[in-house]
Amino acid sequence: MGRRHDDISWLEETVPDGMNRRDFTKVCLMAAAAVGLPASAGLQMAEAAEAGLKPSVIWLHFQECTGCTESLLRTAHPDLASLILDLVSLDYHETLFAAAGHQIEDALQTAMTENKGKYVCVVEGAIPTKEGGIYCQIAGRTAIDILKDVAADAGAVIAIGSCASWGGIPSADPNPTGAVGAHDILEGRAVVNIPGCPANPYNFLGTVLQFVTFGTLPALDDKNRPLFAYGRTIHEQCPRRAHFDAGRFVQQFGDDNARQGYCLFKMGCKGPETHANCSVLSYGEIPDAWPIGVGHPCFGCTEQKLAFRVALHDTATVDHLTPPDTYPPIKAEHRTVSPATAGVAGLVGGALVGAGLMAAKKIGEGGTGGGS
Amino acid sequence: MSIDRRSLLKGLAAAGAGAAATAAAPVEASAKAQAPADALGMLYDATRCIGCKSCVVACKQANDMPPETATFPDGLWDAPIDLSGKTRNIIKLYKGDDEQSYMKAQCMHCIDPACARACMIGAYRKREHGIVTWDGSRCIGCRYCQVACPYEIPKFQWDTATPKMVKCEMCNHLIAVGKGPACCAVCPAKAVIFGKYDELLADARQRLADHPDRYIPKIYGEHDGGGTQVLYLAGVDFPKLGLPELSDEPAGEIAQKVQHTAYKGFIAPVVLYGVLGAVLWRNRRSAGKEDQP
Repeated sequence: MGRRHDDISWLEETVPDGMNRRDFTKVCLMAAAAVGLPASAGLQMAEAAEAGLKPSVIWLHFQECTGCTESLLRTAHPDLASLILDLVSLDYHETLFAAAGHQIEDALQTAMTENKGKYVCVVEGAIPTKEGGIYCQIAGRTAIDILKDVAADAGAVIAIGSCASWGGIPSADPNPTGAVGAHDILEGRAVVNIPGCPANPYNFLGTVLQFVTFGTLPALDDKNRPLFAYGRTIHEQCPRRAHFDAGRFVQQFGDDNARQGYCLFKMGCKGPETHANCSVLSYGEIPDAWPIGVGHPCFGCTEQKLAFRVALHDTATVDHLTPPDTYPPIKAEHRTVSPATAGVAGLVGGALVGAGLMAAKKIGEGGTGGGS
Repeated sequence: MSIDRRSLLKGLAAAGAGAAATAAAPVEASAKAQAPADALGMLYDATRCIGCKSCVVACKQANDMPPETATFPDGLWDAPIDLSGKTRNIIKLYKGDDEQSYMKAQCMHCIDPACARACMIGAYRKREHGIVTWDGSRCIGCRYCQVACPYEIPKFQWDTATPKMVKCEMCNHLIAVGKGPACCAVCPAKAVIFGKYDELLADARQRLADHPDRYIPKIYGEHDGGGTQVLYLAGVDFPKLGLPELSDEPAGEIAQKVQHTAYKGFIAPVVLYGVLGAVLWRNRRSAGKEDQP
């Protein structure tokens, strides 16, 4: 069907569930951009979703606060909640399902059987391992058993949030339930970690959509985090970075420097050690809705070694030192010898010369004496 | 160390023979060297530099150099104040009364390098593409190169037990794999660019012709110190940026001429031993007189 270039009425056509095509395409383009794919990939995603090629998603909840699900639901623009229902076929989700009891367990079994080897297994929450895993059981089965069972036939396993990635809050010292991440239970299985407390919904969505559209997973770092989102540190792309480079620091919460929006490094900001894209991809598209944006140091929630393991206001280590925003002059003033040092050196030198002379004289006298 | 005693002695013998040959034919030594046909170089345009120091950061990463934290409080920054054993490339700032300019200090890769002339053991060499490199397996740590260099470029690592001489080597490990120097690759303003020496020189001339109001009408390094493969354009006088006023002769030329003349036909040793002999003879004679009262 030939369509005129200036005829954009097709964008106003509605796709299922009330969202118009323009908004829907926009959402897919944004999601593609989030994973670093070209705009054409966004259109492909939209087409795949409209053609009904929606992959089945099975969402498991273990030891967690449901914050990751909640943040996913509260994305402001576009309406991500309806998107996640349109783009994927969410076949099991304890928070969002109206069904309960045997009904929901049946849904789980049906989805696993019908989409064997193709469905996406999303894990939210840590898995307790102490006492045989009895601290988290659903329908009489332990989290360990459920995870192993569901992951066995999954096309991809994605751990959303820091709990599912490596234990998160439940694994904080003294870790009473022996909580671990999905990766530790599924040994030998590739698990994509989307850490964060909560994880940024777009990082999750981008990963899922790439798998849905192309059947591939994004490039990962050494902790199985997608590089498009976790490739750089907070410090590297921090909106307050200029203050760090200039040595302008908040010294105390509420001081004048804090009001000026200075760098929070000395308040314990973990930005220099934390790999995440919080500063460049706003949560729920609300500008500044992240710790540094509201004047608090970064907590390091996407790092296994930091969040819930290092005290909130302990000073971080800057892994990669860079120059400050000052410049050396053309002729650098190198360290010079102070007058005091020169004086001491002169005295020592003088004493040595004197001693040498006296010694030579003594030897000379001794020699003459011996000869006579 | 990849050099054994035999090859070292052989090298010294060859150097001796070379020196003798030079002494025999001193005219050849003063013939002005030309940049090799495949010469690569860099062009730094101070009027384009925005002072972001990306080149300083990229250089350290590409060459695996440690940060310098001592000069600033808290140790939070890599803050070199000059080239050093940890820094091969630095952006400096000249601030005059009503003018200012950034300056990228680094090895100039001279067409006839003074460091290589001064090095008694051949640790400095002009390699393919005319890149001046330092060979740690030959260096004996005399630091004559530091004294000889008119731009004060080679730096000694004072704070390690196994020190090296440090200077820009035009990222020749990256050139070997088909890339260019890290500083040129990262520069967002194209203030420093990498390319064939001839093309860079033509580019620089074109810029001077196109924007005479913007530049001091001179390409530093075209002739200075015998010519350098790293060229500079700037809007302020070059000496203000720390680039010395040099003649068109290679910087090591005069020192080499003096030495070679002094040793020509073995003059210096003959004169020295002649004087010593005369003093000895005089002393003996006066001592003989005292013994005969």
